[in-house]
Amino acid sequence: MTSKGPAVCVGPDIDTDLVIAGRYLRTKDHSIWVEHVFEDLDPSLAPLLEGSVIVAGKNFGCGSSREQAAVAIREAGVVAVVAPSFARIFFRNAINVGLPLIECDLTCTEGCLVTFDLSEGWVEAEGKRHSIHPLSPRMQAILSAGGLVEYWRNQR
Amino acid sequence: MATLSERILGGNAGEYVDRKVDRAYVHDGTGVLTLEAWKRIGSERLTDTTRLSMLFDHIVPANNSTTATLQHELREFARGSFMHFSDVGCGICHQIMSEGVVLPGEVVVGADSHSCTLGAFGAFSTGVGATDMAGIWLTGETWFRVPETIGIHLSGKFFGAAEAKDLALTYVSRLGMDGATYKALEFIGDGVLGLSMDDRLVLCNLSVETGAKAGLFYADDVTVQYLARAGQMVQPQVPEPCSYAQELTIDLSEIVPLVAVPHRVDTVKPVREIAGLPLDQVFVGTCTNGRYSDLARFARIVKGKSVAVRTIVVPASKAVMAEAIRTGVLSDLVDAGCTIGTPGCGPCLGAHMGVLGEGEVCLSTANRNFKNRMGVGAAIYLGSVATAAASALEGEITEPEVN
Repeated sequence: MTSKGPAVCVGPDIDTDLVIAGRYLRTKDHSIWVEHVFEDLDPSLAPLLEGSVIVAGKNFGCGSSREQAAVAIREAGVVAVVAPSFARIFFRNAINVGLPLIECDLTCTEGCLVTFDLSEGWVEAEGKRHSIHPLSPRMQAILSAGGLVEYWRNQR
Repeated sequence: MATLSERILGGNAGEYVDRKVDRAYVHDGTGVLTLEAWKRIGSERLTDTTRLSMLFDHIVPANNSTTATLQHELREFARGSFMHFSDVGCGICHQIMSEGVVLPGEVVVGADSHSCTLGAFGAFSTGVGATDMAGIWLTGETWFRVPETIGIHLSGKFFGAAEAKDLALTYVSRLGMDGATYKALEFIGDGVLGLSMDDRLVLCNLSVETGAKAGLFYADDVTVQYLARAGQMVQPQVPEPCSYAQELTIDLSEIVPLVAVPHRVDTVKPVREIAGLPLDQVFVGTCTNGRYSDLARFARIVKGKSVAVRTIVVPASKAVMAEAIRTGVLSDLVDAGCTIGTPGCGPCLGAHMGVLGEGEVCLSTANRNFKNRMGVGAAIYLGSVATAAASALEGEITEPEVN
């Protein structure tokens, strides 16, 4: 299935404190995380996220294991995050909450259309198509289920 | 011929394996989302609860009624499920797991990025997220991609005032914040022999700051003796010749006191280069440097003097605090003007017990100096215990003297 969205560009080494600050974590109300997502990086980003594809620099999601970071990005309506590399806990968290990640070094132009197809293994921006490494079969199964909770619910 | 990670996980680098976990733990922060995911999975039965722990450390005691309500629900669940439960005041999850719980060769997962700390015992210990942990509560196992390993060869002995934290900042700065992403670090070489368990815990603790999945030491006589004192009889692990994806060599005698400057852990400077920078707070504690040996070293330097800046000391665990009381270290700290916090994470994550104001500057013995982490608009410098003590006495960043 092909998906697409306008690019929102962020830099390298974005840590999960910058995605959602510690001061907003102690709640079960996910809308608080959506409201404050990326606040400490750039408060103007949040309104741009619905339907977008975040195109980040290397090592996106480093630092704290807080899963609220992946949840906030997903619930803000982001279609996928593209980066040359992801921190590994964030990588697992994103797939586990059903947020697609694409490992690819894309040059980001703000607002340019990013199109991708995970099952066919490509991502395209500004007329250039890049092939991407597929996720492991387990991660593909988790992502197709919609996340790890749904994966386990289907197994039972 | 395999690396320690390959031996423990039972696969070659790059392979995906399913492994039973020997220990799995959450804290009051990540426990909330774990419990939420667990309820959504909808199972009634947890896996073998003797392997599961919940430890309250992030906001202890609760800072407001919202946190208290979340903690109340978690506490009731933990008690009802018969998993190991460690309440407010017992200490930091990684520290408690290091006090005779985690053993060489085990597979350990913690719902906290600094779960890599426990690789100091020759265990494969790594951080996972909350939903992963809920899956582990269900099945008692999880999948791993067996990591490639970076070998960090250590030689020589510390010279002057340098200590394990300075060595940790050295390798983090050399590898960079993503230099070991998806990989494991193995600390090897003659330099390891002179490192105490506390030193090794510091070195493994910082491994995630290079993106590493785990940081490991082979269990040796130091490990065996440490665990024997904690009532656990274990055997040392014998390294095999193996091939590393990358190797790094560090001579301990060349390490000097360092600080990581805002807002990156991999951006370090010798203390002497920024000596004189005025401070608003010094913070000693955390899963990096809140152990008894840290408190004792800090107390040795400040004993009989007065700190010149507000100084918050948070013991990593109740056991650490009890030892500091028994030996008089705690009263030396109080007499010198330090404020003592409840064992736990303290202000490290910016929730309570020493959060900074806008424009304030803190020298901290923790492991992260990310933007706004300990307070919006504040600056965090990361350094060793000796640097923290020397700086607390002067009220500005100060190079420690040889102790």
